[in-house]
Amino acid sequence: MPPAVPPGSEPASRRGVPASRPAMEKMSRSGAALGGAALSGRTMFCHLDAPANAISVCRDAAQVVVAGRNIFKIYGIEEEQFVEKLNLRVGRKPSLNFSCADVVWHQMDENLLATAATNGVVVTWNLGKPSRNKQDQLFTEHKRTVNKVCFHPTEVYMLLSGSQDGYMKCFDLRKKDSVSTFSGQSESVRDVQFSIRDYFTFAATFENGNVQLWDIRRPDRYERMFTAHNGPVFCCDWHPEDRGWLATGGRDKMVKVWDMNTTRAKEIYCVQTIASVARVKWRPECKHHIATCSMMVDHNIYVWDVRRPFIPSAMFEEHKDVTTGIVWRHLHDPYFLLSGSKDSTLYQHIFKDASQPIDRANPEGLCYSLYGDLAFAAKESLISSDSNRKPYIGDRRHPIFFKRKLDPTEQFEYISSSSALSVFETDVESGSMDWFVHTAKQYALAGRPLAELCDHNAKVAKGLDRNQVAQTWTMLRIIYSSLGTVSSANLNHSMGKGSAALPLMNSFNLKDIPSGLGSESRLDRSKGESRTENILLDSSSTLINNEDNEETEGSDVPADYLLGDVEADEDDLYMMDHENPHAEEQEYSLPQEAFPLRHEIVDNPSALDHLQDKADSPHVSGNEAETVSLTPVESFSLISISHSLYENRLPSDFFNPIVRDTLLFYAEQGDVQTAVSVLIVLGDRIRKEIDEQTQEHWYTSYIDLLQRFQLWNISNEVIKLSTCRAINCLNQASTTLHINCSNCKRPMSNRGWICDRCRQCASMCAVCHHVVKGLFVWCQGCSHGGHLQHIMKWLETSSHCPAGCGHLCEYT
Amino acid sequence: MEEREGDVRWDGLCSRDAAARAAALEHLGQAVLRRGGAAAAPRVLARLLLLAKRCPFRDVREKSEAILSGVQELGIRIPRPLGHGPSRFIPEKETIQVGNEDAMMHTLFAESFATLGRLDNVTLVMVFHPQYLESFLKTQHYLLQMDGPLPLHYRHYIGIMAAARHQCSYLVNLHVNDFLHVGGDPKWLNGLENAPQKLQNLGELNKMLAHRPWLITKEHIEQLLKTEENSWSLAELIHAVVLLTHYHSLASFTFGCGISPEIDCEGGHTFRPPSVSNYCICDMTNGYHGVDDIHASPTTTESVCEVEALMEKMKQLQECRDEEEASQEEMATRFEREKRESMFVCSSEDEESAPTRDVSRHFEDTSYGYKDFSRHGMHVPTFRAQDYSWEDHGYSLVNRLYPDVGQLLDEKFHIAYNLTYNTMAMHKDVDTSMLRRAIWNYIHCMFGIRYDDYDYGEINQLLDRSFKVYIKTVVCTPEKTTKRMYDSFWRQFEHSEKVHVNLLLVEARMQAELLYALRAITRYMT
Repeated sequence: MPPAVPPGSEPASRRGVPASRPAMEKMSRSGAALGGAALSGRTMFCHLDAPANAISVCRDAAQVVVAGRNIFKIYGIEEEQFVEKLNLRVGRKPSLNFSCADVVWHQMDENLLATAATNGVVVTWNLGKPSRNKQDQLFTEHKRTVNKVCFHPTEVYMLLSGSQDGYMKCFDLRKKDSVSTFSGQSESVRDVQFSIRDYFTFAATFENGNVQLWDIRRPDRYERMFTAHNGPVFCCDWHPEDRGWLATGGRDKMVKVWDMNTTRAKEIYCVQTIASVARVKWRPECKHHIATCSMMVDHNIYVWDVRRPFIPSAMFEEHKDVTTGIVWRHLHDPYFLLSGSKDSTLYQHIFKDASQPIDRANPEGLCYSLYGDLAFAAKESLISSDSNRKPYIGDRRHPIFFKRKLDPTEQFEYISSSSALSVFETDVESGSMDWFVHTAKQYALAGRPLAELCDHNAKVAKGLDRNQVAQTWTMLRIIYSSLGTVSSANLNHSMGKGSAALPLMNSFNLKDIPSGLGSESRLDRSKGESRTENILLDSSSTLINNEDNEETEGSDVPADYLLGDVEADEDDLYMMDHENPHAEEQEYSLPQEAFPLRHEIVDNPSALDHLQDKADSPHVSGNEAETVSLTPVESFSLISISHSLYENRLPSDFFNPIVRDTLLFYAEQGDVQTAVSVLIVLGDRIRKEIDEQTQEHWYTSYIDLLQRFQLWNISNEVIKLSTCRAINCLNQASTTLHINCSNCKRPMSNRGWICDRCRQCASMCAVCHHVVKGLFVWCQGCSHGGHLQHIMKWLETSSHCPAGCGHLCEYT
Repeated sequence: MEEREGDVRWDGLCSRDAAARAAALEHLGQAVLRRGGAAAAPRVLARLLLLAKRCPFRDVREKSEAILSGVQELGIRIPRPLGHGPSRFIPEKETIQVGNEDAMMHTLFAESFATLGRLDNVTLVMVFHPQYLESFLKTQHYLLQMDGPLPLHYRHYIGIMAAARHQCSYLVNLHVNDFLHVGGDPKWLNGLENAPQKLQNLGELNKMLAHRPWLITKEHIEQLLKTEENSWSLAELIHAVVLLTHYHSLASFTFGCGISPEIDCEGGHTFRPPSVSNYCICDMTNGYHGVDDIHASPTTTESVCEVEALMEKMKQLQECRDEEEASQEEMATRFEREKRESMFVCSSEDEESAPTRDVSRHFEDTSYGYKDFSRHGMHVPTFRAQDYSWEDHGYSLVNRLYPDVGQLLDEKFHIAYNLTYNTMAMHKDVDTSMLRRAIWNYIHCMFGIRYDDYDYGEINQLLDRSFKVYIKTVVCTPEKTTKRMYDSFWRQFEHSEKVHVNLLLVEARMQAELLYALRAITRYMT
C-alpha cells in the first residue's frame, strides 16, 4: 500500500537523489558482472495476441519465450523494442499440447525448450530442427495438468515436471519415457525447482501447504518435508548464491525465506504481501532482494528487500491485469526484469524506472512505553523543520505532560532515509509506576467479607500515599457493608464507630499539601497518567477544601476532606452530605479511637437481601424519619444528629449512581486499576449500573497493563474474578499443550500418563524416576527433565544431565 | 432465541445446560397448561410437537411429549406429524433417528440445535456424512449469523429469493420464519417488488445464477456496483453471491433427497385424526403418492449386475488409460458430445408442478429457467477450468472481500470432493475417485466448464442414462425431481450413497455458479 505523498514543496529535490544513484551503480556493477557486455535497453513492451501464462529467457539474454493457452512465441529483445522471432504454434488444428501452463528455456542449450501443457503433456522443443514444427518429444505420462517443468541447471538432458495428479517425474531427454517418478503422497504439485548448487536435490511445493525436498536418486521417499504455508504453495525459488536459502510464496499472501542448512528448515524472513503470491524470483547480485507477482487482484510486480518486509523496495505498475510470469533478463544483471501478463503484453522493466514507494513514504513511529514515556521516530528532515517552528520545551500553551529529555538521540542510516528518534520521558518520581505494581500485588479482591476487603485495600492505598483511593475504599465499605449489617440492630453502634476511624486517619494527610500546586496541575487531568494521580487528588481536595471552609466555619477541617475524597465534581458534593454528617459526628463521639477495624462487621453479599426486613424493626423506622428530615438540609450543622443516623434507611442502591460515577471518574483518569478492583470487590452490587461494554473495556485495559508488567498471576486472578463472559473466557483459550512421548517421540494421544504406543510412562522425572504430574522442566538440549524442584536441586550440585546422557544442561 | 407468543417463551430450551433447559421446560409447561390451555394455539402446539420429535436432548423431547398429552387431556386436539421421517425418498427406518445418534452426530445435532433453535430435516439427512455436515453447518452458520457485510434480515431474504427461484417451499418457509425472527419487515414477503430497490436489483443476478450462470458478464456486475443510491459494495455483493449460490444448491439437495416439510411448518403436521387420509398436498404436487412407497424396492438380480458392471468399467478405464491415447480432436469432440448429449437427457415425465402460491410471489419471471448451455442462440466460449479455478483464483477473491468465507468454502468443497468410504453398494475397498470425478466433471460440463486434462469419454462409460437424468434434473431443474427418478438410478446402492451423490451435486453446482460469478467480478475489477 503506497503511503500518501508528503505535502510540501521540497520532495522533488529529495527524490532526485535515490533515483539517480542506482543508475550510476548499475553502470559499474553490471559492467563487472557481465564482463563488459552490459545490457542496455529501456522500459518497453509489446502486445501479444493472447494472455501469457509463463515466460522464460534464453541464456544469452537476447530472446524470450512467451507461452499461454493460445500463444507460444519467441521474441528477440532489442535496444528499443521486442521483435517476434518465431511462432511455435504451427499446424492446422489447434491442439491442447500447445496450451501451455509453463515454459522453460534450457540454460545450457539455447535450442532446447520444454513446456507443460494443461492436458498433462510435457513437450520438448528443439529450435535447431530445420522443419517448421520444432516439437521434439512428447511425454504423456501425467494424468492431470502439469503445473511446472524445470531443467537441471547443469545437466543437459534432465527435465523435471510436477503435476496436478500429485506426481513429479524426471525425464531423460534421450529416452522415450520418464526415468523416475516421485510421489508426493498428497495433493497437486504446484512447483518443482532443482537446487542450483546441490546436484541431486530438488524442491517441490504442494497444494496442501507442504514443501518437500527430494534426492533425484531416491524416488521412493522424500528427504525432508515441512509445512511452509497455510493453503497452497504456488511457487518456490532457490537463492542463486546462498545454497541453503529457499523462497516460497503461497495463497496465504506470504513470501517466506527458509534456511535449509539446518536440520529443520528454519524460516528466516517473511514478507506479507497483499495478495496470493504466484511467482517469486530472487534478484541476481542482490542477496536480499526478491521479485514477486500475485495470482489475483493485484497486478503489480514488487521487488522486496526481505529484511525490510513492510514496504517493497521497488514496484512496477505497468500491467493492467495479473502478471503471470516474471524473469530476470540475465543471470547476473539485477536491473532488467521481463514480465508477461494476462493483459496480453510482454514488458521489459528497467530498474531505474521503477517506482520506489519508500521515497513517497513518511516513515514515522510512535509508541508509548509502560512507564508513560513516549518515543517518536521520524525522518530527520521532518523533525528539524518541525522543531524549528514550535519547540516543545517550555511550551505551556498545551497541557503537555511529558518532559522532553533527549531530542535526536539516535540516528541510523538506511538506504536513502535517515531518521531521528525522540524519547519523551516523564519526570522521575511521577513516571514511576511502582505504585501500580505494588497495588496490584497487595490488593485483595475476593475471598473475604466485603468490609475486610475494603479496609485492606484502603490500607494498601494509603500505604502508597494514594489517599484519595484509600478514601474511596473506606467510603465503599461504609456504603455497602454497614447497610448490610443493619438487620442486626445491635451492631449499629460499634460498626458506626469502626467505620469512622479510617476516614479520620486519611484526612489528616491531605492537609499538608499546599493548595496552590494542586489547582495548577489540574490541567493535567485529561492526560490521565501516573503523575496526575496524586496531584489531582490534591487539587480536587484542596478546591473543595477552600469552598468548604467558607461554608462550614468552625467545623473540623479534616472532616471536610471527606467530602472531596470520592469525587471532584461539585454535583456530588451534595450527595455526599448524607454520609458526611455521620463521619463528622463520629469525631465528636469517638476521639478516643478505641475502636479498631474489627470483625463485628460481618458482611457478606447476601446481607443486602435483608434490606426488606428492616422495615419491620421499629428502631429502624425511627431512623428513617430522621433521615427524611435531614436530607434536604444543606448545611453542616449536624452535630446533634446521633450516630445512628448513618444507618439511615437509604438502600445502598441509592448510592450506586455515585459509586458508578466514581468508577467512571477513575477510569477516565487512567486509573483503571481502581475501577476494576472496586468492580470486582463490589461484584453484583454495582455491576448492573455499568454497561457491559465499559466493564469489558476496563477489564481488558487492566489485564493488558498487568501483563505488560508481567504480573501474570494477578492478571489471571482478575480474569477469573471478572463477571464479563468475554473476559472470563480469556484464560480458557489455547489451554491445550501437545506433548510427545519421551520414549518413542510420538505424539501423546490419550489423556493419561502412559504413552499408548510404547506403554511407558511418558514424563518421568530424571531425578526421582516418578511421573511428573505438575510443573515439568526439561533441558532443550537433551530433552531430559523432571520435577522443577528436583532439577533445580540437582543442577545446583552437578552440571551434567541427571539422566546420565552426558549433556551439560543449563538451568536459568 | 428470544421469542414470545402470548406468554409462552421458547428461550432457554436451546441451552446446553441441562438445568437451564429444565427450568425453561417447566416454565413452558406451566404457560401452556395455564388457564385451561388458553395459550395452546395451534402454532404453539406444532412447535411442541417439533420439540417432542426433533430435539437432540432427551429431556426436552420427553417433557414436550408430556406437555402435549397434558394439553390433550384438557380436551384440545393436538397435532401429529405428517409424512414419514425427514425425507420422502428414504424410508424413515433407514435414516438416523433422533436419540440413536452416536457421539459425534450428537455433538453436531446439539450444535445445530443451539445455533438454529431447531434440528431441521436437511441436517437429519446429511448426518449420513457427519464429516461433511460439520463443515456445512459451520459455513451456513457463518454466512447467516456471523460477521458479514450484510444485515441479518437481508441474508435471510436473499436466502428466500434464491430458494424461491427453484420453488423450494421448504427453504422458503424456514427462512420466512427466520426473516421475521431477526426483525425483517413482513411487507417484503409479499413479493420482491415490496423489498428495497437494492434487493430488487439483485433479482436479475439471482435469476441468471440459478439457471444460466454462463451469461453473467462484467456488465451485470457493473450495473449492481455503479454508484447510486441503491448500489452494492463489492463485499456485500460477494456475500450475496455466496448466499445465492448456497441456497440454489441447497434447493437442489432438498429436492434431490426429497426433504419433507418441517413438522412445525405448513404441511408438516395435521390436527386431523390419522384415519382420514394418507397423503398430503405437497406429496401430490411433487408427483409422489404414498402408494408408491410400497413397491419401490426392486431387488432384482439385474440391478446387482449394474454395480458389477460399473466396477468392471472403472477397472477397465483404469487399466487401458495408459495404452489407448485419444487424439486431441477426439478429446475435444468428446467434451462437445457430452455437452450436447446432456441436452437431450431430460426427464421423460413432464409433471409440471404448479408452485404453491405462497412461494411464487417471491420471484418474478417464472418463464426464465435452465436452458442448455449448448442450445442457446449465441455462442458462449467454453469456460476453461485451468484459466479460472476455485483453488487459485476464486478462493483469493472471496477471502479478500469476505474474510474467512473463502477458507470455509474451500474446506467444504474439499471435503465433498474427497469424501469416500471406499465402498460401492456391497463392495468394500473400492477406489471411487474416478466415479466421483466423473460426476463432478459431468455437472461442470453441463455448465460449460471444461477440464483440459479430463477425458470426457469416461463419463459416458461410468454414468448410465437414468443416473444422468437424475443428475441433470437435480442440478438444473430440481423442482422436477420425483421419487421415481431417485429410485431408478443406482438401484443397488445404499441410501447414504445416494445422499453422498447429492452432496457432490450440491457442491459441484455451487462451485460452478460461483466460478462464473467470481470471474465476472474479477473482470469487473481489472
